[in-house]
Amino acid sequence: MNNYLLIPFLPLAAFLINILLGRNFLKEKAHWVSILAVAGSWVVAVMALVDTMAGKTINEDLYSWFVSGNFKVSVGFLIDQLTAVMLIVVTTCSMLIHIYSVGYMHGDKGFYRFFAYLSLFTFCMLMLVMANNFLQLYFGWEGVGLCSYFLIGYYFDKKSASDAGKKAFIVNRFGDFGFGLGIIMIFLTFGTVYYEPVFAQAGGFANHTVNFLGYDVHLMTLIALLLFCGSIGKSAQMPLHVWLPDAMEGPTPVSALIHAATMVTAGVFLVARCSPIFSLSETALMVVALTGAITSLFAATIGLVQNDIKRIIAYSTISQLGYMFLACGVGAYSAGVFHLYTHAFFKALLFLCAGSVMHAMAGELNLQKMGGLKKYMPVTYITMLLASLSIAGVPGFAGFFSKDEILWLAYSGPSPVGKLVWGIGTVVAFLTALYSFRLIFLTFHGKFRGTHEQEHHLHESPKVMTIPLILLCVGAIASGWVGIPHLLGGGAHFTEFMKPVLGHPEGHGTHSEEWMVMAVSVIAGFSGIGLAYFMYLKRADIPVRLAARFSAVHKILLNKYYVDEFYSFLIVRPAIWIAKNILIGITDAKIIEAIVNGIPKAIGGFSQVIRKVQTGFLQHYATIMATGILIIVAIMLLR
Amino acid sequence: MVPLNWYLMLSAVVFMIGVFGFLTRKNIIIMFMSVELMLNGVNISLIAFSHYLQDMRGQILVFFIITVAAAEAAIGLAIIIALFRNKSTAHVDEMNEMKG
Repeated sequence: MNNYLLIPFLPLAAFLINILLGRNFLKEKAHWVSILAVAGSWVVAVMALVDTMAGKTINEDLYSWFVSGNFKVSVGFLIDQLTAVMLIVVTTCSMLIHIYSVGYMHGDKGFYRFFAYLSLFTFCMLMLVMANNFLQLYFGWEGVGLCSYFLIGYYFDKKSASDAGKKAFIVNRFGDFGFGLGIIMIFLTFGTVYYEPVFAQAGGFANHTVNFLGYDVHLMTLIALLLFCGSIGKSAQMPLHVWLPDAMEGPTPVSALIHAATMVTAGVFLVARCSPIFSLSETALMVVALTGAITSLFAATIGLVQNDIKRIIAYSTISQLGYMFLACGVGAYSAGVFHLYTHAFFKALLFLCAGSVMHAMAGELNLQKMGGLKKYMPVTYITMLLASLSIAGVPGFAGFFSKDEILWLAYSGPSPVGKLVWGIGTVVAFLTALYSFRLIFLTFHGKFRGTHEQEHHLHESPKVMTIPLILLCVGAIASGWVGIPHLLGGGAHFTEFMKPVLGHPEGHGTHSEEWMVMAVSVIAGFSGIGLAYFMYLKRADIPVRLAARFSAVHKILLNKYYVDEFYSFLIVRPAIWIAKNILIGITDAKIIEAIVNGIPKAIGGFSQVIRKVQTGFLQHYATIMATGILIIVAIMLLR
Repeated sequence: MVPLNWYLMLSAVVFMIGVFGFLTRKNIIIMFMSVELMLNGVNISLIAFSHYLQDMRGQILVFFIITVAAAEAAIGLAIIIALFRNKSTAHVDEMNEMKG
């Protein structure tokens, strides 16, 4: 246990050192502190994984956080199979992205601040995954949200960046409100917020109902859906996905670490962690599966037409997160976590490659102004190509195994919506391959379409950036090999490993059906790549003609289904109207200011009147005194 | 035998002269003398009551008042001299530093 404490607290120490000493002492050396800390965490996390693989899990309280009546919460750590995998994902990605940031953020004036926040983020994320109770989970949950806000708004002198930070924070509020209610419901039901007793007793409440807003609701469905609200916000699912594309205003390493590999997957982690609760409610699982499926389709279609390189990858992230929820929703939690784990590598890699491209293009994000970068930046090209092959589900790569497992379990599982979400998932697999390779072809192939100046400036990134790319690339290819299905002669080790926490997913089907599902998804992936090749390299006129032909559809996709506009109309503008006209105009100006300013004004006015008594002439005072005495004497005499 | 009332009237008259002198005159020395007059007005009534009631406590109190008045005269005159040196006037309207 004692060793494991180092995992979260090393980054915390790095944060404190950097934030206190960074500005004046460490300056350009701030990265050393953070990198060494996270490397230390990584080493201990690997030890934790080895211990867990030997069957040793830990669930210990560290110290009592607070006690109020029968409500007791400790800071404690639970290290089981799920946590161990998350620890590896978080520390590995975090470490490589820290190293990459040294090159990417070189010369930035907030260098120390950037690394301090990255360390704080790593600490919060580790607290989140290592918690053994819901409240500590919530602490980590809000902590990563806070760091996300800091880092999205890292370039806070840019209005769009600070707006995006606020948007992310506020949109997350909606989800977290539900999450908070969910934790309260758990406490009211079970009398504790510790995982172990809650999950142990959950079965006993399977048939309970509770009165909620005047309706009798199935208790477990209610708790599961409230918790899922938090997941929707954090993992950018419909309808709270709007913050994630905007979050791309932050520096690219942040997008890679927080908005692709780790923080946004916290929602999936939550659902997986609470699988004993979710499994008791078929309705909740259906909601999870459908939300995931619809989100993944919806985001993938938007990704097809965007031109901002980072936003395409952001929509891709939303889409892949939808995939993970889809898996959880059909009861295949381990497949969801498996996809989380493989996705972390290839998606972080995609973002870092995009950052490398931006680095070469002097901050240019528009795909239409790139092209032919292949010969200038070979390492970036090859790593990004491999990451795209992985996300497209080409056999042998990490993404293939996890995606295939999800699709197979959706198809064969007991879920009533299984076949439907399998269908959607397959379509999304096709779209994913299409937009991923559109990105590759438009960026790296063909002719350069930018300005002459940009072309002159093109160069491969420094080693400190390319080496993390190569290391992540190894993960993007090989991380899936731990979960090769039985069908392909593997041992499905990942599912076996997760069994004590997430149970064994049910799947009933023949081998030929399994081959069929796999073949369909592979065909979908390859046809997506092929279509992208045909449309964006061979016949570059087709996309233009398609856009003209289906201009309405194209416009809707380009404007992201007008969701932002819809929210602006439905929520943002009414909220601003209320703020301006009622809160500022009436409450603030007419009530609060009237009280705050009125009291001193009244006192001031009164004192203006009575100060005239104080003339400073001795005889005036004496006269008043004598008159007073006379009055008193008169009263006494006449009484 | 002079009746008590006469003493009391004398006392009241002396006291009121002191009060009006204090309130109306602007010279600080005159005002100071008026204060002494008020004290002595009180002394007269105390002595008169003491004699009338055949009680010595009144006269003892008068001795105290005379003592205090002597001390007060000493300190008061010292203050007035100090004031006069500062302001080179004995007019109270010039001394309005306390004015709010």
